[in-house]
Amino acid sequence: MRYDSLVDSVGQTPLVGLPRLSPSADVRLWAKLEDRNPTGSIKDRAAVYMINAAEKDGLLTVGDTILEPTSGNTGISLAMVAKQRGYKLVCVMPENTSIERRQLLEMWGASIVFSPAAGGSNEAVRVAKAISAEHPDWVMLYQYGNPANALAHYETTGPEILADLPAITHFVAGLGTTGTLMGCGRFLREQVPDIQIVAAEPRYGELVYGLRNLDEGFVPELYDESVLTARFSVGPAEALRRTRELVEQEGIFAGISTGAILHAALGSAAKAVAAGVRADIAFVVCDGGWKYLSTGAYAGTLEEAEAGLEGQLWA
Amino acid sequence: MAIEVRIPTILRTYTGGEKVVAGEGATLAELLSELDSRHAGLRERIVDEKGLRRFVNVYVNDEDVRFMGGLETALKDGDTVTVLPAVAGG
Repeated sequence: MRYDSLVDSVGQTPLVGLPRLSPSADVRLWAKLEDRNPTGSIKDRAAVYMINAAEKDGLLTVGDTILEPTSGNTGISLAMVAKQRGYKLVCVMPENTSIERRQLLEMWGASIVFSPAAGGSNEAVRVAKAISAEHPDWVMLYQYGNPANALAHYETTGPEILADLPAITHFVAGLGTTGTLMGCGRFLREQVPDIQIVAAEPRYGELVYGLRNLDEGFVPELYDESVLTARFSVGPAEALRRTRELVEQEGIFAGISTGAILHAALGSAAKAVAAGVRADIAFVVCDGGWKYLSTGAYAGTLEEAEAGLEGQLWA
Repeated sequence: MAIEVRIPTILRTYTGGEKVVAGEGATLAELLSELDSRHAGLRERIVDEKGLRRFVNVYVNDEDVRFMGGLETALKDGDTVTVLPAVAGG
């Protein structure tokens, strides 16, 4: 495939079957390999759409500064696109994220403001909003509330999956900004009305939930509960176990959040087997495992790996 | 055997610092009332007059109750109920 530039090559990722982890010929799992995007994650889609939308609306001109709260992947994607288009990028990122995320952001020319570990991404959002108020000329794309984030998946990820898997019965993805689930979920439900849209939400260590007050919790503005049919909380033990199964059984080297998503997908598969119905379950491989090697996720015992993730924002 | 309830850091002032408490009830609503009889004030941090509070998520065996029966979600002995504040990703 030939493209005019790297940015133009975002999307059109493969959907691959899992012959070993699928329970039967009637209940099959399919992995959407989003690690094949230019910066190695699904966030490239949202980054391109959000920047294109801001340009179209006249919010961005060359030399402008983009500001974004991010736990990493969105920032990395924005950094790549911003560099190509001539914008500066300032990311607000929680300090309890992997070293590789910081290295990648800096490699693509972003500056990083670290937010406190306690509170996780909620704190990053809060700090970014405060910085935004001090720098009214900076453009905050705000992935949690930007319709272009969900639209990227409504117009690209969703249609790609349906074209490759017209018999789809379940779509399973991670819940962060909720953009993937809202966009793909809406598109797929329009085309396949009885489809199951399943969210896998990472459950972190206690530090990340260390809010001062329950009213400081955060639900992304994009989130619309009615798009989902089920939502599961998946802890690091299950996420790590599934991440390793995916590489051992199927050769797919994925990040840890993908393990959480696979866990929910396998749960849906088990329910279909128990009910005696056919299922074609597509799930998202959000990114590859490269950015998480330093966490120890892929080596040693699962207990050691889980201890290594304590207090980290691993998804 | 009872229902195991995992309490987030922010609500442990109501449980004497305990991370996990045991409770009983045939539904989530009954469980929360039963817990409140021993940990006064806990219930109203989780629900208001309209149901579950916006920034609180409750899971039964890791599934979000908002996609099950809400406060009327049926419980049985051996279930695990997890209460967590809503957090962002991305």
